[in-house]
Amino acid sequence: MIPASFDYVRPTSVAEAVQALADGGDDAKILAGGQSFIPVLRLRMGDPSLVVDLGGIAELRGVREEGDKIVVGAMTTHHDVTRDDLLNQHVKLISEATKTVADFQVRHRGTLGGALAHADPAGDLAAPTLALDAEFVVAGPDGERTVASGDFFQDYFTTAIGPQEILTAIRFPKYTGWGARYEKFNRVAQAWSIVAVAAAVKVEGGSITDARIGLTNMAGVPVRARGVESALVGQTMSEETVRAAAQAAAEGTSPTSDADAGSDYREHLAKVLTGRAVLAAAG
Amino acid sequence: MTTVENSAPAQEIGRDRRRKEDRRLITGRTRWTDNQAITGLLHLSIVRSPFAHAEIGSIDTSAAKQVPGVVAVYTASDIGADAVQLPCAWPITKDMKSPQRPALAGSRVNFAGEGVAVVVARTAAAAKDAAELVEVDYSELAPVLDMEEALKEGATLVHPELGTNENAQWVFDSGEAGSGGSASEAIAAAEKADDQIVVRRRFRQQRLVPVFMEPRSTVVDPTGEQLVMWSSTQVPHILKTMLALTLGLPEHKVRVIAPDVGGGFGGKIAVAPEEVVTLLVAQKLGKPVKWTETRSESLLTAHHGRDQIQDLTVAVTKDGEIKGLDVKLLADMGAYLGLVGPGVPILGAFMFNAIYKIPAYRFDCTNVFTTKTLTDAYRGAGRPEATFGIERMMDEVAVELGMEPMELRKRNWIKHEEFPFTTVSTLTYDTGNYEAATDQAMSMFDYDGLRREQQERRDRGDVKQLGLGISTFTEMCGLAPSRVLGSLDYGAGGWETAAIRMLPTGKAEVVVGVSPHGQGHETAFSQIIADKLGIPFEDVEILHGDTQSSYRGLDTYGSRSLAVGGIAMVKAAEKVVEKARPIAAYMLEASEDDLEFTAGKFSVKGTDKGVGIQDIALAVFAAHDYPEGIEPDIDAHATFDPENFSYPHGTHLCAVEVDTETGFVQLYKYVCVDDVGTVINPLIVEGQVHGGLAQGIAQALFEDAPYDESGTLLSGTLVDYTLPSAADLISFDTANTSTPSTTNPLGVKGVGEAGTIASTPAVVNAVLDAVRQYGVKDIEMPTTPYRVWTALNSAKGTGAQSDEANVASPGAGLGSMAKSDSVKNQGGAL
Repeated sequence: MIPASFDYVRPTSVAEAVQALADGGDDAKILAGGQSFIPVLRLRMGDPSLVVDLGGIAELRGVREEGDKIVVGAMTTHHDVTRDDLLNQHVKLISEATKTVADFQVRHRGTLGGALAHADPAGDLAAPTLALDAEFVVAGPDGERTVASGDFFQDYFTTAIGPQEILTAIRFPKYTGWGARYEKFNRVAQAWSIVAVAAAVKVEGGSITDARIGLTNMAGVPVRARGVESALVGQTMSEETVRAAAQAAAEGTSPTSDADAGSDYREHLAKVLTGRAVLAAAG
Repeated sequence: MTTVENSAPAQEIGRDRRRKEDRRLITGRTRWTDNQAITGLLHLSIVRSPFAHAEIGSIDTSAAKQVPGVVAVYTASDIGADAVQLPCAWPITKDMKSPQRPALAGSRVNFAGEGVAVVVARTAAAAKDAAELVEVDYSELAPVLDMEEALKEGATLVHPELGTNENAQWVFDSGEAGSGGSASEAIAAAEKADDQIVVRRRFRQQRLVPVFMEPRSTVVDPTGEQLVMWSSTQVPHILKTMLALTLGLPEHKVRVIAPDVGGGFGGKIAVAPEEVVTLLVAQKLGKPVKWTETRSESLLTAHHGRDQIQDLTVAVTKDGEIKGLDVKLLADMGAYLGLVGPGVPILGAFMFNAIYKIPAYRFDCTNVFTTKTLTDAYRGAGRPEATFGIERMMDEVAVELGMEPMELRKRNWIKHEEFPFTTVSTLTYDTGNYEAATDQAMSMFDYDGLRREQQERRDRGDVKQLGLGISTFTEMCGLAPSRVLGSLDYGAGGWETAAIRMLPTGKAEVVVGVSPHGQGHETAFSQIIADKLGIPFEDVEILHGDTQSSYRGLDTYGSRSLAVGGIAMVKAAEKVVEKARPIAAYMLEASEDDLEFTAGKFSVKGTDKGVGIQDIALAVFAAHDYPEGIEPDIDAHATFDPENFSYPHGTHLCAVEVDTETGFVQLYKYVCVDDVGTVINPLIVEGQVHGGLAQGIAQALFEDAPYDESGTLLSGTLVDYTLPSAADLISFDTANTSTPSTTNPLGVKGVGEAGTIASTPAVVNAVLDAVRQYGVKDIEMPTTPYRVWTALNSAKGTGAQSDEANVASPGAGLGSMAKSDSVKNQGGAL
């Protein structure tokens, strides 16, 4: 389909992008990798007056180590995330989840920041960032601020990013040595998750000493399965204990019903997949 | 000497050749309809109804006309589009009810997506912008969505002027036809007999969308002596003739070109309303115009496929001999009749008896109008529906009898020594060997080993349970003997034409009437011509799709291009050789009787004298010296009308793993052994089988085009219409057995639809085989994880008889109850 007409700018720095956004007014929109935004335009579900393309801003790309944090530029593509050694070593859960995003073509264009700012409840990258206590770096007319992951996702397709702000980076604490698994359940490989579970666990001497679990598509925003986490920590690692703990996975969730799954099915899947994710993460 | 002289090209038929058309197709160096660049081309955007059923009040086009770049905005009556009657070429009964199908709706829309106005602009973007500004005042009517409700007294009528939602009822009864006994008598007798049971099941064929890769597109240039239409169509010849008949155009003033076409799967067998609108606008303005659909437009408005309710009843002896089969169908036509839409379910009438010797058979199909997108041919057209019905039923009967499902099939199928075999539905199968294909498939599959694995998983109570599914299928293709089509009231013949032009340098241009859209015809046909004329593969060019060069043809569908069109090519090549023979004799100063033609060369028997056919082509071009009384020309043209259909068959075996915790179905193993007769190009055959399997498996597991209660299509984008990719399928193990067809000189049978026709029931049978142990009786297609999980949940704790009881004790369990209606009411399929 053909989008409605719009103005287009391609700044080369974050400062220029923030300025362009401020100048563009209420109808200005940001283009990152375009894997959700371009279909929105093509289906005429949105008709912005100005599109600010972040693709020309080199400083928004790449992964770096900053002390005890791993910082991922918002415009780093999914493909680059999956190939990054720092992430694989210290934040394996985000690598694992990113590998499941859509298909090769989408992963080559789509970006971590774009996906998180879009905040599709069925998107795969929000739950891992929530589980891992990532921080979101946001730039705006008043400078830079940091948002905790618990505050970032506010509702369906709604985040803490202000209308004149740009997500520039995601900071992850290091989870070196943790096991990780993103257990995704969908009908076909390139489809969105019906439900998915992001699990990172630390196993020491046969016992689970720490666990972080995030759920995808179990509410309008990603959900932390804290009940499962607390049931796991301190337990001796076994299939039985994990499956028992996983029974708490649906607590505090409010999944939707659609043609692919009723809410009861999603709740059931959350439990089953949580068990599988933790077992796989504990490896 | 013979070894030295053996410079003849290697045999082409049977050779794995990569497709010569792929270079231009894969690298994008071809020109699709949408790429046609014509100076001054204008662009169309069609305004479509968001409602399934509504009266059209006023249409306000004033705002749209103000958009810069807009040339015109037309409602239906402005261009006469409301008065058009788009053709249906298959009136299946004398009293079939046919509504008028306009190119744009004038006073009432009958499905969501029907066109009501068209914008013409200098750019596609301006046309789209303006189309959004056309204001249409609709008064909504009740939608008609459910076939059974639609047939009830007092139902809302899609077309009130017809007085009914029933399009037609088509019945075949072998008792009346004299080809067998009465199915109703056989069933009644079985109800009374102690040694027989009756099994009744209802199956649902969901609605599917063909989803060809290239969206439809049409360009019309009215500025020359001949009006030229480029269109992404499977049927340029039929389209040309139908445009002439429908619009009253002089046929010789119309030229239709199907350039390279990116897939069709039956979805481009049509005279589409948009093609007619494009033509009408071009005529009105006297300027070239183009319409290209979006993917959403394609999903919504290009014709859909399948959509049947199937009620099957089988009478069978307790030792597994089928005594009678009754089939009752409801087939959803959608809002209008497509080009061959009403005949699609009727093609199934000949296939429900499949490979089995069924002594009594009745087929009764009622076509129903609803306020949905119309249905028409989709890969297999009628035969997948029939194959699904009978192959699912064979498994159900086997369960009821406690028989191994393959044993039940063997008990009833036609044995190889019984060919040719005339079936209860009056077809004569020329060749086949079901035993050979089955033996090979069972061995490749390791059927017994997988049965053991299945039992082990059951014994262990594994989360992932194994299910095995069988489909032993045949199909009728190579459409079609013209006399048979005539007897079915089809509006055309089934012959095909080919012409060979021998160029001065000895190269051959072969003009074909079939119209490829992804099959690899250019490669396979070049192989045939290379062998028949004895010239190099590289010296053959296949010309197609342009009614100016190929003026006679019936296009591509129903796996006919090789089995019918290929034979026309062989006949034309034989004529070339016969026309060349007297000239060769003259050049060699020999008697024609002393010549033999092998490997492209006429030789005088017993000598080393000879002349090649490519040299003869040059000789007749120069025409300086040739025998008196003949024309200096070895070109030839041939038309072939088949005497019979072709009947490919095969055995497909599928194993699936069903995750009993999540309901997810994972393909585990897929083996198929297909008998498609003589194979021209094994690589292309394998490709056709793979693609066909993907589509058939997709019907079983993934695809569905549902409507909501207001008549809105819920799968209007490819996010919602679940297509599998390679990542969702497994590596298929394919092989071929071959019993060459005896009804054509190449011995070929069709292959294009086989994989789709065969695979769907194999997969669903496998899914059910995995979960029947828990009391699950049936799961509607697509067998999504949610449906499988729901079926497992509802079966739990219902105390349903375990099928293992039946397996352990043949004839007991459900079988003993099957004579009463209780089975019909109790069956999970109902």
